[in-house]
Amino acid sequence: MVDSKAPNAAVALRDVTVRLGGRTILENFSLEIPAGQVTAVMGPSGAGKTTVMRLITRQIRPDAGQVLVGETRVDTLKGRALGRFRRNLGVLLQNGALFTDLTCFDNVALPLREHTDLPETLIRRLVLIKLQAVGLRGAAEMYPRELSGGMNRRIAMARAMALDPDIMLYDEPFAGLDPISLGVSLRLIREVNDVQDTTSVVITHDVDEVARLADHCFIISDRSLIASGTPEELAASDHELVRQFMRGHPDGPVAFHYPAPDIASDMLGRGAQ
Amino acid sequence: MSAPAVPGRGPMESLRQIGRAGLFLVKVISRMRFTRLQLAETLRQIYFAGVRSLVIIVTCGFFVGLVLTLQSYDALARFGAADATSTLLSLSLFRELGPVLTAILFAGRAGTSITAEIGLMRATEQLDALDLMAIDPLERIVQPRLIAGIIAVPALVLIFNVTALLGGVVYAVFLMGTDSLVFWGNIQSSVELGRDFGHGMLKSVIFGLIAAWLAVFYGWTARPTGEGVALATTQTVIATAIVVLFVDFVLSALML
Repeated sequence: MVDSKAPNAAVALRDVTVRLGGRTILENFSLEIPAGQVTAVMGPSGAGKTTVMRLITRQIRPDAGQVLVGETRVDTLKGRALGRFRRNLGVLLQNGALFTDLTCFDNVALPLREHTDLPETLIRRLVLIKLQAVGLRGAAEMYPRELSGGMNRRIAMARAMALDPDIMLYDEPFAGLDPISLGVSLRLIREVNDVQDTTSVVITHDVDEVARLADHCFIISDRSLIASGTPEELAASDHELVRQFMRGHPDGPVAFHYPAPDIASDMLGRGAQ
Repeated sequence: MSAPAVPGRGPMESLRQIGRAGLFLVKVISRMRFTRLQLAETLRQIYFAGVRSLVIIVTCGFFVGLVLTLQSYDALARFGAADATSTLLSLSLFRELGPVLTAILFAGRAGTSITAEIGLMRATEQLDALDLMAIDPLERIVQPRLIAGIIAVPALVLIFNVTALLGGVVYAVFLMGTDSLVFWGNIQSSVELGRDFGHGMLKSVIFGLIAAWLAVFYGWTARPTGEGVALATTQTVIATAIVVLFVDFVLSALML
Protein backbone atom coordinates (compact mmCIF):
# COMPACT_ATOMS: atom_id res chain seq x y z
CA MET A 1 0.00 0.00 0.00
CA VAL A 2 1.46 3.35 -1.07
CA ASP A 3 1.51 6.05 1.60
CA SER A 4 -0.59 8.87 0.14
CA LYS A 5 -1.07 10.81 3.39
CA ALA A 6 0.79 13.93 4.50
CA PRO A 7 0.84 15.23 8.10
CA ASN A 8 -0.26 18.77 7.17
CA ALA A 9 -1.83 18.48 3.74
CA ALA A 10 -2.38 21.58 1.62
CA VAL A 11 -4.16 19.58 -1.07
CA ALA A 12 -5.98 16.28 -0.70
CA LEU A 13 -7.64 14.03 -3.26
CA ARG A 14 -9.79 11.38 -1.59
CA ASP A 15 -11.05 8.28 -3.42
CA VAL A 16 -11.29 10.22 -6.65
CA THR A 17 -12.53 8.59 -9.85
CA VAL A 18 -12.37 10.46 -13.15
CA ARG A 19 -13.79 9.22 -16.45
CA LEU A 20 -13.20 11.22 -19.60
CA GLY A 21 -14.51 10.27 -23.04
CA GLY A 22 -15.55 6.81 -21.84
CA ARG A 23 -12.07 6.09 -20.44
CA THR A 24 -11.27 5.82 -16.75
CA ILE A 25 -8.31 8.13 -16.05
CA LEU A 26 -8.15 7.80 -12.25
CA GLU A 27 -9.90 5.23 -10.06
CA ASN A 28 -10.31 5.44 -6.27
CA PHE A 29 -7.29 7.70 -6.31
CA SER A 30 -6.05 9.30 -3.09
CA LEU A 31 -3.21 11.75 -2.60
CA GLU A 32 -2.18 14.31 0.01
CA ILE A 33 0.25 17.08 -0.88
CA PRO A 34 2.18 18.47 2.10
CA ALA A 35 2.03 22.21 2.78
CA GLY A 36 5.08 24.39 2.23
CA GLN A 37 6.99 21.84 0.16
CA VAL A 38 7.79 21.27 -3.49
CA THR A 39 5.89 18.14 -4.50
CA ALA A 40 6.32 16.45 -7.85
CA VAL A 41 3.55 14.43 -9.44
CA MET A 42 5.17 12.15 -11.99
CA GLY A 43 4.22 9.30 -14.24
CA PRO A 44 4.40 8.05 -17.81
CA SER A 45 2.61 10.02 -20.54
CA GLY A 46 -1.15 9.57 -20.33
CA ALA A 47 -1.01 8.35 -16.73
CA GLY A 48 -3.28 11.14 -15.46
CA LYS A 49 -0.82 13.73 -14.10
CA THR A 50 -2.49 16.66 -15.82
CA THR A 51 -5.88 15.31 -14.71
CA VAL A 52 -4.67 15.65 -11.11
CA MET A 53 -3.79 19.28 -11.80
CA ARG A 54 -7.13 19.94 -13.49
CA LEU A 55 -8.89 18.46 -10.46
CA ILE A 56 -7.02 20.77 -8.09
CA THR A 57 -7.81 23.83 -10.23
CA ARG A 58 -11.45 22.64 -10.63
CA GLN A 59 -11.21 22.69 -14.41
CA ILE A 60 -12.85 19.26 -14.18
CA ARG A 61 -14.98 17.61 -11.51
CA PRO A 62 -14.41 14.04 -10.33
CA ASP A 63 -17.08 11.45 -11.05
CA ALA A 64 -16.62 10.27 -7.46
CA GLY A 65 -14.57 11.33 -4.46
CA GLN A 66 -13.49 14.66 -3.00
CA VAL A 67 -10.86 17.27 -3.79
CA LEU A 68 -9.80 19.49 -0.90
CA VAL A 69 -7.49 22.49 -0.93
CA GLY A 70 -6.93 23.47 2.68
CA GLU A 71 -10.40 23.28 4.20
CA THR A 72 -12.15 24.08 0.91
CA ARG A 73 -14.04 21.36 -0.92
CA VAL A 74 -12.95 22.33 -4.43
CA ASP A 75 -15.00 19.87 -6.47
CA THR A 76 -18.28 21.50 -5.41
CA LEU A 77 -17.18 25.09 -6.04
CA LYS A 78 -18.79 27.22 -8.71
CA GLY A 79 -19.51 30.83 -9.60
CA ARG A 80 -18.01 33.50 -7.37
CA ALA A 81 -16.74 31.02 -4.80
CA LEU A 82 -14.70 29.34 -7.53
CA GLY A 83 -13.37 32.73 -8.61
CA ARG A 84 -12.30 33.56 -5.04
CA PHE A 85 -10.59 30.17 -4.75
CA ARG A 86 -8.70 30.58 -8.01
CA ARG A 87 -7.35 33.99 -7.00
CA ASN A 88 -5.38 32.13 -4.38
CA LEU A 89 -3.93 29.74 -6.91
CA GLY A 90 -1.01 30.37 -9.26
CA VAL A 91 -0.88 28.15 -12.33
CA LEU A 92 1.93 27.95 -14.84
CA LEU A 93 0.61 26.21 -17.95
CA GLN A 94 2.86 24.16 -20.18
CA ASN A 95 3.57 26.78 -22.85
CA GLY A 96 3.14 29.80 -20.59
CA ALA A 97 -0.14 30.87 -22.25
CA LEU A 98 0.84 34.54 -22.27
CA PHE A 99 -1.45 36.96 -24.07
CA THR A 100 0.36 37.73 -27.29
CA ASP A 101 -1.33 41.11 -27.79
CA LEU A 102 -0.12 42.40 -24.41
CA THR A 103 3.38 43.37 -23.36
CA CYS A 104 5.12 41.33 -20.67
CA PHE A 105 4.34 44.12 -18.19
CA ASP A 106 0.63 44.09 -19.05
CA ASN A 107 0.54 40.28 -18.88
CA VAL A 108 1.81 40.35 -15.30
CA ALA A 109 -0.36 43.35 -14.41
CA LEU A 110 -3.55 41.69 -15.72
CA PRO A 111 -4.56 39.77 -12.55
CA LEU A 112 -3.69 42.79 -10.38
CA ARG A 113 -5.81 45.12 -12.50
CA GLU A 114 -8.69 42.65 -12.60
CA HIS A 115 -8.79 41.66 -8.95
CA THR A 116 -7.51 44.65 -6.98
CA ASP A 117 -8.31 48.34 -6.72
CA LEU A 118 -4.66 49.28 -6.39
CA PRO A 119 -3.55 52.53 -8.04
CA GLU A 120 -1.57 52.18 -11.25
CA THR A 121 1.64 53.45 -9.60
CA LEU A 122 1.50 50.63 -7.04
CA ILE A 123 0.62 48.05 -9.70
CA ARG A 124 3.67 49.22 -11.64
CA ARG A 125 5.92 48.67 -8.62
CA LEU A 126 4.47 45.24 -7.89
CA VAL A 127 4.83 44.12 -11.50
CA LEU A 128 8.43 45.32 -11.65
CA ILE A 129 9.19 43.43 -8.41
CA LYS A 130 7.75 40.21 -9.92
CA LEU A 131 9.64 40.74 -13.17
CA GLN A 132 12.83 41.41 -11.22
CA ALA A 133 12.31 38.13 -9.35
CA VAL A 134 12.26 36.19 -12.63
CA GLY A 135 15.15 38.24 -14.03
CA LEU A 136 13.17 39.90 -16.81
CA ARG A 137 12.50 43.44 -15.60
CA GLY A 138 14.41 44.63 -18.65
CA ALA A 139 11.89 42.89 -20.93
CA ALA A 140 8.84 44.58 -19.36
CA GLU A 141 7.86 46.50 -22.49
CA MET A 142 8.58 43.65 -24.90
CA TYR A 143 5.93 41.37 -26.38
CA PRO A 144 5.99 37.59 -25.75
CA ARG A 145 6.81 36.95 -29.43
CA GLU A 146 10.09 38.83 -28.95
CA LEU A 147 11.26 36.47 -26.21
CA SER A 148 12.41 32.84 -26.15
CA GLY A 149 10.18 30.01 -24.91
CA GLY A 150 12.08 29.81 -21.62
CA MET A 151 11.73 33.57 -21.05
CA ASN A 152 8.02 33.38 -21.84
CA ARG A 153 7.62 30.78 -19.14
CA ARG A 154 9.43 32.99 -16.65
CA ILE A 155 7.08 35.87 -17.50
CA ALA A 156 4.16 33.46 -17.07
CA MET A 157 5.60 32.49 -13.69
CA ALA A 158 5.73 36.17 -12.69
CA ARG A 159 2.08 36.47 -13.75
CA ALA A 160 1.11 33.31 -11.82
CA MET A 161 2.61 34.71 -8.61
CA ALA A 162 1.31 38.26 -9.13
CA LEU A 163 -1.36 37.88 -6.45
CA ASP A 164 1.01 36.01 -4.08
CA PRO A 165 -0.97 32.74 -4.13
CA ASP A 166 -0.74 30.10 -1.40
CA ILE A 167 -0.42 27.29 -3.93
CA MET A 168 1.61 27.28 -7.14
CA LEU A 169 0.96 24.61 -9.78
CA TYR A 170 3.44 23.99 -12.58
CA ASP A 171 2.41 21.90 -15.60
CA GLU A 172 5.48 20.39 -17.28
CA PRO A 173 7.67 23.42 -16.46
CA PHE A 174 10.87 21.86 -17.84
CA ALA A 175 9.62 20.62 -21.23
CA GLY A 176 11.77 21.85 -24.10
CA LEU A 177 14.06 24.09 -22.04
CA ASP A 178 17.77 24.49 -22.73
CA PRO A 179 20.13 23.67 -19.81
CA ILE A 180 20.48 27.31 -18.74
CA SER A 181 16.72 27.99 -18.77
CA LEU A 182 16.24 24.69 -16.98
CA GLY A 183 18.63 25.68 -14.21
CA VAL A 184 16.94 29.09 -13.90
CA SER A 185 13.49 27.46 -13.71
CA LEU A 186 14.59 25.02 -11.01
CA ARG A 187 16.04 27.85 -8.94
CA LEU A 188 12.96 30.03 -9.39
CA ILE A 189 10.50 27.32 -8.37
CA ARG A 190 12.54 26.61 -5.23
CA GLU A 191 12.92 30.32 -4.40
CA VAL A 192 9.24 31.11 -4.89
CA ASN A 193 8.35 28.16 -2.68
CA ASP A 194 10.74 29.06 0.12
CA VAL A 195 10.66 32.87 0.05
CA GLN A 196 6.90 33.26 -0.40
CA ASP A 197 6.12 30.25 1.78
CA THR A 198 3.88 28.63 -0.83
CA THR A 199 3.04 25.03 -1.56
CA SER A 200 4.34 24.00 -4.97
CA VAL A 201 3.01 21.16 -7.10
CA VAL A 202 5.08 20.26 -10.15
CA ILE A 203 3.48 18.05 -12.79
CA THR A 204 6.33 16.52 -14.74
CA HIS A 205 8.03 13.43 -16.08
CA ASP A 206 11.54 14.85 -15.92
CA VAL A 207 13.16 12.57 -13.37
CA ASP A 208 16.57 14.25 -13.17
CA GLU A 209 15.07 17.70 -12.58
CA VAL A 210 12.71 16.35 -9.92
CA ALA A 211 15.65 14.77 -8.12
CA ARG A 212 17.27 18.24 -7.91
CA LEU A 213 14.11 20.10 -6.91
CA ALA A 214 11.36 18.15 -5.16
CA ASP A 215 10.97 17.49 -1.46
CA HIS A 216 8.41 14.80 -2.13
CA CYS A 217 7.29 12.79 -5.19
CA PHE A 218 4.27 10.80 -6.26
CA ILE A 219 4.27 8.44 -9.22
CA ILE A 220 0.97 7.73 -10.97
CA SER A 221 0.41 4.88 -13.36
CA ASP A 222 -2.46 2.69 -14.48
CA ARG A 223 -5.15 4.93 -12.91
CA SER A 224 -3.67 4.88 -9.43
CA LEU A 225 -0.79 5.97 -7.23
CA ILE A 226 2.03 3.46 -7.39
CA ALA A 227 4.75 5.13 -5.36
CA SER A 228 5.40 7.99 -2.96
CA GLY A 229 8.51 9.31 -1.22
CA THR A 230 11.55 11.50 -1.55
CA PRO A 231 13.42 11.38 -4.89
CA GLU A 232 16.13 9.29 -3.19
CA GLU A 233 13.60 6.77 -1.87
CA LEU A 234 12.01 6.43 -5.29
CA ALA A 235 15.41 6.02 -6.97
CA ALA A 236 16.10 3.12 -4.61
CA SER A 237 12.65 1.55 -5.08
CA ASP A 238 12.47 -2.07 -6.19
CA HIS A 239 8.98 -1.61 -7.65
CA GLU A 240 9.33 -2.73 -11.27
CA LEU A 241 7.43 0.18 -12.83
CA VAL A 242 9.03 2.80 -10.56
CA ARG A 243 12.43 1.44 -11.50
CA GLN A 244 11.62 1.54 -15.21
CA PHE A 245 10.30 5.10 -14.92
CA MET A 246 13.11 6.49 -12.76
CA ARG A 247 15.83 4.92 -14.91
CA GLY A 248 14.11 5.44 -18.27
CA HIS A 249 14.29 1.81 -19.40
CA PRO A 250 12.48 1.17 -22.70
CA ASP A 251 11.41 -2.31 -21.60
CA GLY A 252 9.34 -3.02 -18.54
CA PRO A 253 5.71 -2.86 -17.42
CA VAL A 254 5.14 0.15 -19.68
CA ALA A 255 5.51 -1.20 -23.21
CA PHE A 256 7.43 0.77 -25.83
CA HIS A 257 5.11 -0.41 -28.60
CA TYR A 258 1.47 0.55 -28.89
CA PRO A 259 -0.66 -2.64 -28.97
CA ALA A 260 -0.63 -4.05 -32.52
CA PRO A 261 -1.10 -7.39 -34.31
CA ASP A 262 1.88 -9.67 -34.79
CA ILE A 263 4.47 -7.95 -37.02
CA ALA A 264 4.84 -10.95 -39.37
CA SER A 265 1.12 -11.11 -40.10
CA ASP A 266 1.01 -7.32 -40.49
CA MET A 267 3.97 -7.25 -42.94
CA LEU A 268 3.02 -10.31 -44.96
CA GLY A 269 -0.73 -10.24 -44.52
CA ARG A 270 -3.53 -8.18 -46.03
CA GLY A 271 -1.74 -4.82 -45.91
CA ALA A 272 1.27 -6.14 -47.88
CA GLN A 273 -0.80 -7.44 -50.78
CA MET B 1 -18.37 23.07 -25.77
CA SER B 2 -18.80 20.66 -28.63
CA ALA B 3 -17.11 20.91 -31.97
CA PRO B 4 -18.62 23.03 -34.71
CA ALA B 5 -20.76 21.41 -37.36
CA VAL B 6 -19.05 20.35 -40.53
CA PRO B 7 -20.92 21.29 -43.69
CA GLY B 8 -22.73 18.25 -45.05
CA ARG B 9 -23.49 16.65 -41.71
CA GLY B 10 -27.19 17.07 -42.24
CA PRO B 11 -30.08 19.22 -41.10
CA MET B 12 -30.22 17.88 -37.54
CA GLU B 13 -26.62 18.86 -36.87
CA SER B 14 -27.28 22.29 -38.39
CA LEU B 15 -30.27 22.74 -36.10
CA ARG B 16 -28.18 21.71 -33.09
CA GLN B 17 -25.54 24.20 -34.16
CA ILE B 18 -28.11 27.00 -34.34
CA GLY B 19 -29.28 26.04 -30.86
CA ARG B 20 -25.73 26.04 -29.51
CA ALA B 21 -25.03 29.43 -31.10
CA GLY B 22 -28.24 30.83 -29.58
CA LEU B 23 -27.42 29.52 -26.12
CA PHE B 24 -23.90 30.90 -26.45
CA LEU B 25 -25.27 34.38 -27.21
CA VAL B 26 -27.65 34.22 -24.24
CA LYS B 27 -24.75 33.17 -22.01
CA VAL B 28 -22.55 36.03 -23.21
CA ILE B 29 -25.30 38.63 -22.76
CA SER B 30 -26.24 37.32 -19.31
CA ARG B 31 -22.61 37.63 -18.15
CA MET B 32 -22.00 41.11 -19.55
CA ARG B 33 -20.22 43.45 -17.18
CA PHE B 34 -19.26 47.02 -17.83
CA THR B 35 -16.07 48.17 -16.14
CA ARG B 36 -13.31 50.60 -17.02
CA LEU B 37 -11.13 47.71 -18.25
CA GLN B 38 -13.98 46.36 -20.38
CA LEU B 39 -14.52 49.79 -21.93
CA ALA B 40 -10.83 50.11 -22.79
CA GLU B 41 -10.81 46.64 -24.36
CA THR B 42 -14.01 47.37 -26.31
CA LEU B 43 -12.46 50.56 -27.75
CA ARG B 44 -9.38 48.57 -28.73
CA GLN B 45 -11.56 46.01 -30.49
CA ILE B 46 -13.52 48.73 -32.29
CA TYR B 47 -10.18 49.92 -33.63
CA PHE B 48 -9.13 46.41 -34.72
CA ALA B 49 -12.49 45.40 -36.18
CA GLY B 50 -13.64 48.77 -37.45
CA VAL B 51 -10.75 51.06 -38.28
CA ARG B 52 -8.70 48.30 -39.83
CA SER B 53 -11.63 47.34 -42.10
CA LEU B 54 -11.74 50.83 -43.58
CA VAL B 55 -9.54 50.10 -46.60
CA ILE B 56 -11.68 47.23 -47.86
CA ILE B 57 -14.93 49.07 -47.06
CA VAL B 58 -13.89 52.28 -48.82
CA THR B 59 -12.46 50.45 -51.84
CA CYS B 60 -15.42 48.11 -52.27
CA GLY B 61 -17.93 50.89 -51.58
CA PHE B 62 -16.43 53.08 -54.28
CA PHE B 63 -16.45 50.35 -56.92
CA VAL B 64 -19.94 49.10 -55.99
CA GLY B 65 -21.22 52.67 -56.45
CA LEU B 66 -19.35 53.00 -59.72
CA VAL B 67 -20.63 49.73 -61.20
CA LEU B 68 -24.17 50.16 -59.91
CA THR B 69 -24.35 53.62 -61.47
CA LEU B 70 -22.86 52.37 -64.72
CA GLN B 71 -25.45 49.58 -65.05
CA SER B 72 -28.46 51.57 -63.88
CA TYR B 73 -27.53 54.64 -65.97
CA ASP B 74 -27.33 52.48 -69.07
CA ALA B 75 -30.69 50.78 -68.37
CA LEU B 76 -32.54 53.95 -67.33
CA ALA B 77 -31.16 55.96 -70.25
CA ARG B 78 -33.03 53.60 -72.63
CA PHE B 79 -36.28 54.85 -71.11
CA GLY B 80 -35.13 58.45 -70.96
CA ALA B 81 -34.88 58.31 -67.18
CA ALA B 82 -31.13 58.64 -66.71
CA ASP B 83 -31.66 61.40 -64.13
CA ALA B 84 -33.29 58.82 -61.84
CA THR B 85 -29.96 56.99 -61.54
CA SER B 86 -29.07 58.67 -58.26
CA THR B 87 -32.50 57.78 -56.81
CA LEU B 88 -32.01 54.11 -57.70
CA LEU B 89 -28.44 54.17 -56.43
CA SER B 90 -29.21 55.80 -53.10
CA LEU B 91 -32.29 53.70 -52.33
CA SER B 92 -30.43 50.46 -53.21
CA LEU B 93 -27.52 51.49 -51.03
CA PHE B 94 -29.39 52.79 -48.02
CA ARG B 95 -32.01 50.04 -47.92
CA GLU B 96 -30.11 46.92 -48.96
CA LEU B 97 -26.65 46.96 -50.43
CA GLY B 98 -24.93 49.11 -47.82
CA PRO B 99 -25.89 47.02 -44.76
CA VAL B 100 -25.70 43.62 -46.51
CA LEU B 101 -22.40 44.08 -48.36
CA THR B 102 -20.73 45.80 -45.39
CA ALA B 103 -21.74 42.94 -43.05
CA ILE B 104 -20.38 40.33 -45.48
CA LEU B 105 -17.15 42.31 -46.02
CA PHE B 106 -16.86 42.75 -42.24
CA ALA B 107 -17.20 38.98 -41.81
CA GLY B 108 -14.44 38.42 -44.37
CA ARG B 109 -12.06 40.98 -42.89
CA ALA B 110 -12.75 41.28 -39.16
CA GLY B 111 -14.97 38.24 -38.48
CA THR B 112 -12.39 35.74 -39.70
CA SER B 113 -9.71 37.54 -37.71
CA ILE B 114 -11.84 37.38 -34.53
CA THR B 115 -12.58 33.68 -35.09
CA ALA B 116 -8.94 32.81 -35.73
CA GLU B 117 -7.78 34.86 -32.74
CA ILE B 118 -10.18 33.22 -30.28
CA GLY B 119 -9.55 29.76 -31.79
CA LEU B 120 -5.80 30.21 -31.40
CA MET B 121 -6.27 31.55 -27.88
CA ARG B 122 -7.97 28.26 -27.03
CA ALA B 123 -5.26 26.23 -28.80
CA THR B 124 -2.50 28.04 -26.90
CA GLU B 125 -4.32 27.74 -23.55
CA GLN B 126 -4.81 31.52 -23.22
CA LEU B 127 -8.52 31.02 -22.48
CA ASP B 128 -7.64 28.40 -19.85
CA ALA B 129 -5.12 30.83 -18.35
CA LEU B 130 -7.82 33.50 -18.01
CA ASP B 131 -10.18 31.02 -16.42
CA LEU B 132 -7.47 29.96 -13.96
CA MET B 133 -6.82 33.60 -13.06
CA ALA B 134 -10.53 33.88 -12.15
CA ILE B 135 -11.12 36.13 -15.17
CA ASP B 136 -14.18 35.09 -17.19
CA PRO B 137 -13.03 34.66 -20.82
CA LEU B 138 -16.58 35.29 -22.05
CA GLU B 139 -16.50 38.63 -20.30
CA ARG B 140 -12.93 39.54 -21.11
CA ILE B 141 -12.55 38.18 -24.67
CA VAL B 142 -15.99 37.61 -26.19
CA GLN B 143 -18.01 40.56 -24.84
CA PRO B 144 -15.73 43.37 -26.15
CA ARG B 145 -15.58 41.79 -29.61
CA LEU B 146 -19.35 41.36 -29.74
CA ILE B 147 -20.01 44.97 -28.74
CA ALA B 148 -17.28 46.20 -31.10
CA GLY B 149 -19.07 44.49 -34.01
CA ILE B 150 -22.40 46.06 -33.09
CA ILE B 151 -20.80 49.52 -33.04
CA ALA B 152 -18.35 49.11 -35.94
CA VAL B 153 -20.70 47.72 -38.60
CA PRO B 154 -23.20 50.65 -38.59
CA ALA B 155 -20.26 53.08 -38.75
CA LEU B 156 -18.77 51.12 -41.63
CA VAL B 157 -22.16 51.06 -43.38
CA LEU B 158 -22.24 54.87 -43.27
CA ILE B 159 -18.76 55.03 -44.77
CA PHE B 160 -19.64 52.40 -47.39
CA ASN B 161 -22.73 54.37 -48.44
CA VAL B 162 -20.83 57.66 -48.69
CA THR B 163 -18.01 56.18 -50.79
CA ALA B 164 -20.50 54.32 -53.00
CA LEU B 165 -22.33 57.60 -53.63
CA LEU B 166 -18.98 59.17 -54.50
CA GLY B 167 -18.43 56.33 -56.98
CA GLY B 168 -21.84 57.17 -58.44
CA VAL B 169 -20.90 60.85 -58.68
CA VAL B 170 -17.68 59.96 -60.51
CA TYR B 171 -19.57 57.99 -63.18
CA ALA B 172 -22.84 59.94 -63.49
CA VAL B 173 -21.58 63.49 -62.98
CA PHE B 174 -17.96 63.49 -64.12
CA LEU B 175 -18.08 60.86 -66.87
CA MET B 176 -21.68 61.03 -68.18
CA GLY B 177 -22.28 64.70 -67.56
CA THR B 178 -25.34 64.54 -65.29
CA ASP B 179 -25.95 67.83 -63.53
CA SER B 180 -24.67 67.49 -59.97
CA LEU B 181 -27.64 69.47 -58.63
CA VAL B 182 -30.00 67.00 -60.29
CA PHE B 183 -27.96 64.08 -58.93
CA TRP B 184 -28.03 65.27 -55.31
CA GLY B 185 -31.49 66.83 -55.60
CA ASN B 186 -33.07 63.54 -56.64
CA ILE B 187 -31.45 61.81 -53.66
CA GLN B 188 -32.73 64.50 -51.31
CA SER B 189 -36.27 64.31 -52.63
CA SER B 190 -36.57 60.53 -52.86
CA VAL B 191 -34.78 59.23 -49.75
CA GLU B 192 -36.87 59.34 -46.56
CA LEU B 193 -34.79 59.68 -43.44
CA GLY B 194 -36.77 57.23 -41.31
CA ARG B 195 -38.10 54.77 -43.86
CA ASP B 196 -35.03 54.37 -46.08
CA PHE B 197 -32.00 55.58 -44.16
CA GLY B 198 -33.30 54.67 -40.69
CA HIS B 199 -34.37 51.16 -41.64
CA GLY B 200 -31.00 50.60 -43.30
CA MET B 201 -29.18 51.69 -40.16
CA LEU B 202 -31.39 49.46 -38.01
CA LYS B 203 -30.48 46.57 -40.31
CA SER B 204 -26.80 47.42 -39.99
CA VAL B 205 -26.98 47.19 -36.17
CA ILE B 206 -28.66 43.77 -36.46
CA PHE B 207 -26.15 42.59 -39.08
CA GLY B 208 -23.30 43.84 -36.89
CA LEU B 209 -24.62 41.71 -34.05
CA ILE B 210 -24.96 38.68 -36.35
CA ALA B 211 -21.47 39.05 -37.86
CA ALA B 212 -19.77 39.54 -34.48
CA TRP B 213 -21.85 36.85 -32.77
CA LEU B 214 -21.03 34.20 -35.39
CA ALA B 215 -17.35 35.21 -35.42
CA VAL B 216 -16.96 34.82 -31.65
CA PHE B 217 -19.10 31.66 -31.59
CA TYR B 218 -17.07 29.83 -34.24
CA GLY B 219 -13.83 30.98 -32.60
CA TRP B 220 -15.01 29.81 -29.19
CA THR B 221 -16.08 26.39 -30.46
CA ALA B 222 -13.16 25.85 -32.87
CA ARG B 223 -11.21 22.65 -32.37
CA PRO B 224 -7.83 23.67 -30.91
CA THR B 225 -5.84 22.59 -33.97
CA GLY B 226 -4.65 24.31 -37.14
CA GLU B 227 -7.28 22.45 -39.14
CA GLY B 228 -9.99 23.30 -36.60
CA VAL B 229 -9.22 27.02 -36.67
CA ALA B 230 -9.08 27.03 -40.49
CA LEU B 231 -12.48 25.33 -40.64
CA ALA B 232 -13.94 27.75 -38.11
CA THR B 233 -12.84 30.83 -40.04
CA THR B 234 -14.39 29.44 -43.23
CA GLN B 235 -17.61 28.70 -41.37
CA THR B 236 -17.73 32.25 -40.03
CA VAL B 237 -17.82 33.73 -43.53
CA ILE B 238 -20.28 31.17 -44.93
CA ALA B 239 -22.65 31.31 -41.95
CA THR B 240 -22.57 35.12 -41.77
CA ALA B 241 -23.32 35.49 -45.48
CA ILE B 242 -26.26 33.05 -45.31
CA VAL B 243 -27.74 34.40 -42.07
CA VAL B 244 -27.35 38.05 -43.11
CA LEU B 245 -29.04 37.45 -46.48
CA PHE B 246 -31.86 35.49 -44.85
CA VAL B 247 -32.42 38.05 -42.08
CA ASP B 248 -32.22 40.85 -44.66
CA PHE B 249 -35.10 39.29 -46.57
CA VAL B 250 -37.18 38.94 -43.40
CA LEU B 251 -36.45 42.49 -42.25
CA SER B 252 -37.12 43.94 -45.70
CA ALA B 253 -40.49 42.17 -45.82
CA LEU B 254 -41.36 43.49 -42.35
CA MET B 255 -40.20 47.03 -43.05
CA LEU B 256 -41.94 47.57 -46.37
